[in-house]
Formats: sequence, C-alpha cells, structure tokens
Amino acid sequence: MSNVTATGIYHRTYASELRLRSTRAEYVRLGLMVVLLLVLPFVLDNYWLSIVNTILIAVIGAVGLNILVGYTGQISLGQGGFMAVGAYSSAILAERMGMPVPVAIVLAVLLTAAIGTFFGLPGLRLKGLYLAIATLASQQIIEFVIRRWGWLTEDRGYITLDRLSIFGWTLPRESFEQSWYWILMLLALLAVLAARNLFRTGLGRSFMAVRDQDIAAEAIGVNLTTAKLTAFAVSSGFVGLAGALTAHYTETVTWEAFTLNVSITYLAMIIVGGLGSIAGAVYGAIFMSLLPVLIRTVADVVGPAAPWLSNQLPAIQNAVFGLVIILFLIIEPRGLNRLWERMKEYVRYWPFRY
Amino acid sequence: MSTFLNLLVYGLADGAILALAALGFVLIYKATSVINFAQGEFLLVGAYMFYTAFVVLGLPLVAAVLVGVVVATLIGVLVERFILRPMIGEDPISIIMVTIGLSMLLKALVQMFYGTSPKSQPAILPRSSVEFLGATVPLNRLLVILIAAVVLTAFTIFFRRSRHGIAMRAVADDQQAAMTMGISVRRIFALAWVLAAVSALIAGVLLADISAVDQNLAGFGLMVFPVVILGGLDSVPGTIVGGLIIGLLTQFVSGYQDPGLATVVPYVVLVLILLVRPYGLFGETRIERV
Repeated sequence: MSNVTATGIYHRTYASELRLRSTRAEYVRLGLMVVLLLVLPFVLDNYWLSIVNTILIAVIGAVGLNILVGYTGQISLGQGGFMAVGAYSSAILAERMGMPVPVAIVLAVLLTAAIGTFFGLPGLRLKGLYLAIATLASQQIIEFVIRRWGWLTEDRGYITLDRLSIFGWTLPRESFEQSWYWILMLLALLAVLAARNLFRTGLGRSFMAVRDQDIAAEAIGVNLTTAKLTAFAVSSGFVGLAGALTAHYTETVTWEAFTLNVSITYLAMIIVGGLGSIAGAVYGAIFMSLLPVLIRTVADVVGPAAPWLSNQLPAIQNAVFGLVIILFLIIEPRGLNRLWERMKEYVRYWPFRY
Repeated sequence: MSTFLNLLVYGLADGAILALAALGFVLIYKATSVINFAQGEFLLVGAYMFYTAFVVLGLPLVAAVLVGVVVATLIGVLVERFILRPMIGEDPISIIMVTIGLSMLLKALVQMFYGTSPKSQPAILPRSSVEFLGATVPLNRLLVILIAAVVLTAFTIFFRRSRHGIAMRAVADDQQAAMTMGISVRRIFALAWVLAAVSALIAGVLLADISAVDQNLAGFGLMVFPVVILGGLDSVPGTIVGGLIIGLLTQFVSGYQDPGLATVVPYVVLVLILLVRPYGLFGETRIERV
C-alpha cells in the first residue's frame, strides 16, 4: 500500500513501489484517457483522424528512440535510416514476395533490430559525441543505399503498396482512417506498455545503469556489450515497426520520407517531451506532430492578409522547429513531462510552494 | 594523366575549403567541448552575408569582406552568449541538439530572406585556366588552395605566437588552471565561436565562388565530420591533413567511379576510422576515469 501525504507519495511495500499506478488520481486519469481514446474516432473528421494516426506512428518511433537515447544514453542520429529499413523491408516482403502483411511487418521489425544492432557495434567503443557522429554516418550510408540501390524499388525510385489487408480482410475504403486508427492505437498502446514494463525488469534497469555511469555499471555486474547491443536491438525494433507502419499507412515508400531531418525531428520529440520517460516520448510525439498542423492553420487564418506567408511556410516551419528545440533545451531541458509533473506538484502542495 | 591532374587540383581545392570549415569546428570543440552541428550553416550565412554586401549593397570587395567578418563576429558572440552559455554542464545530447536546433533556425532564416533559388554573384577569382603539365587547370581552384593555405597558416601562427592564441590553448588544456592564471574563460569561449564563424565565412565565400550561392552550401557542413574524425577532433594540423585526404578521395571517386558514390565514401571512411582508431590520426587519446 502507499500513502499519499502532503509531502509526497510513500510506499510501504516493494509490491506497491513496483506498481505502475499508485494514486487514485492516476486511475482517474487512466479512465479519462481510455474514454478519450475510445471516443476520438467518432468525433473527429477524416482530416484530424489522419493527423491522429500519424501521431500514433510517431509515438511508437519516439518511444523506441527514447529507449536508446533517454534510457541507455546512446545518442542516435540514425532514426530515419532505421525507419527506412523497416519500411522498405516490410513493403518488399508484402508486395513483391506476397507475404501476409502482419508476417511482413514482424520480419521487418526483426530485420531492423538486426541492422540496428550492427550499427550499434561502434557504440561498444564510442560514446557521447563520437557515437552521435557514428550514427550520423549510418544514417548517410542507409540513405545512400535506399536512394541508389535500384533493386529495392525495381528502378522506379519508389514503391507503392496496396490498401492494407490482413489475412484476406481488406480495409474498407469508406472507413479507411477509422480502421487504421484502431490498428495503430492498439499497436501504440502495446508499444507504450512494453516499453513501460521493460524498465521494471532487470534488463531495463541495466540500460539505465549504463546511461548513468557505464564503468560503475560494469563494476556491479552489468555486461556492457549485452546491455548496449540489446538496447540498440530493442530500440531499432520499435523504430522498424514505426517505419513499416508508415509504409503500409501511406501506401508509398520513398527515400525522401527517411532523411536526416526525420532523425532530427524524432530527437526533437524526445527532448521536447522529456528524455528518459515514456510519457515524455508520447507528449513529445504529439507536440512535434501537431506543431506543423498548428503553423499551417495559423497561416490559413492570416493567409489572406499576408499572402507572402504561405510561400514562406516551409522556412517558417523549420525556423519554429529550431527555435522550439533551442528554447526547450535552455528553459526546460527535461521537457514537457517535467512541466506536467511540476503542475501536478503545484496542485498537490497548494497552498505551499513546495 | 590530365584527368588525374585535374582531379588532383579539384580535390585539393575542396580539401582546402573543408579544412577551413573543419578548423572552426575543431576550435569550438577544443576550447568549449561542444560539437557544432551548425558549422555548415555558418558557411551558408557567411556566403549570403558576403553576397548581400558585395552584390545587393554594391560595396567594393574589401569592404564586403569586412562587413562579412563583422557580421560573422557578431553571430559568433551572440550564439555563444545566448545559446551555448546557458547549456554549460548539460549532457552531450542536449548540447548536440541545441546546435542542431541552431542549424535549422539559421538555414530557415536564410531561406526566408533570400529564397531557395541560387543567387548569381560575379566571379571574385579569375575564371581563366592555365596549362600545366599538359592539363588545363582552372586558375580559381589554384587560388582557392593558395588563399586557404595562407589563412590556415595565419591561424596556426596565431595559436603558436599570439597572447590570445596561447590563452586559447591553455583553456583547451585545462579550464581551471587557465582561470587561476587570470585567463577569462568566457572571453576565450566567445573568441572560439567568433574565429569559427570567421573561418566558416572565408570557407563559405570561397566555396560559393567556385560553385554557387545557394542552400546547398550548408550540405558541405556535414562533410566536416569525416574530416575531423579522420584528423582527430581536437587537432588543428589534423583538419588540414583530414580535409585534404577527404577532398582528394571524393574527387577521385567521383572522377573515376561514380559521383553518387563519392557522397557516401567519406562516411564509410568515418566508420572505419571510428572502429580502428577513434581518436583519429592526430587526436589526443583520452583515458577515462570514474
């Protein structure tokens, strides 16, 4: 059992400390969340639902990246490349080899995990800045392969996919976004749950030990090689899933969708959301996916008054992205998750400051 | 033989510019241990500032270069004071991300003010070519090599002989010891960013003159990473050797093999170097203690 007092939450048993939720407020929020997720597809139109669907894919990718960067402390600029591996392999397996889509996605996830582990090998000797540069190289190399290796796209430069069909059931055209919503929501939920629970296991704890101080982790018996490579594998698996889902959801695969900018956007998600927190990755994915939508909406509203604005939209969007990253890092380096916690604490301790 | 000589000159010219861009990068890393992902954008901003002064405002060449240097100095100081100084003591990941954010911002600002189409700028260096051992070699590439060599030599002498240069090396070596000797570490940090911005300006103007004033200049910035890893992240001579090797390598691969392949070869070299000798050819090996 746990006690919620004015000075904080205290656990009296190990079992209570290990539980994912311990206060009544957390259960209430969980209930509200479930209701929201169930109601969303019935109240949103197709445009907003498609945005929600891209957010759900981004959530899977961001959670995966946060496992590697936020929890294990291994900086990766190769996210775009790993998503590309997932997308291309799943598309080729499903379209050209005629495999059922779920099987293709599972194989794509495994393949991405394997390739992620391979590019994680430099991480055994390098850390920090050097690792960032090494993963930058892996991004450039994968990007080169998907651009120039004609076999992947049969020399067309892109792959188109059929509408999703799972073991004979094809997605109905009229409820395309709704059906995708349920699929993606389920998968995102599984991804979040899996990641959340990963860090209650010994393996997850060993990742955190490596992040905090790798030499000390080794001294207390963590096998650095295993921990780092498993972190790369698990993280790339999530990222490959996000890539494969992008391929099947958008029904096209081109190299432009997996450039270095994608890697940077995902890093921005986990930084804005909060490094080393699953909830943070989710908040960040939502925030960074809604930001361009917001900018576009603002531009549409003031568009008639300032026609130059619509021409400048891509530039403005990049400028805002850059500015958001800089401001978050300077003002609240621990991201939206920390802001949310501070808000909760403010309410809990009111009228005291702390 | 003539192809070989041509590629040699092109490669040396590219390498010289790369070395200049990498010099700024290494200066910042040495003095402040910050990895600057915005180095390519410094090149871009430098080239556009020079373009504004030289073509838009119609200033004479020397005045335009001076305007460029002043603006670069200003950018260096502002970036250090308002973006990097609040980040002192943060994780490497945060510092890398803040420079990535900076690079997005700078690139977007240039795009907002100047658009995406390439700007035409009258040639600064002569476009004629000279006959050399039976090959026709463009004169401007030779001059680029010469100018870069002069600038790099000037920087090297600055580090060896001048007061500020020695102070910078002291800070790079040990910040606390430097402070006890009365060196202002903050001023040295600012100086490192200013020198990086100025060397990027020179590189940007030279690169723009032999290619074009457009957004692609920033892409050259990513090529800095293979150069500095090859030469050693904290080594000034390493940037020159690394720059020349990478410049020659890309030109030879693109001339004899395939221009597309040439864009990825530097990164393959980077990975190999990281696997075999992570501190590069001239970098200082660091021993880690808990």
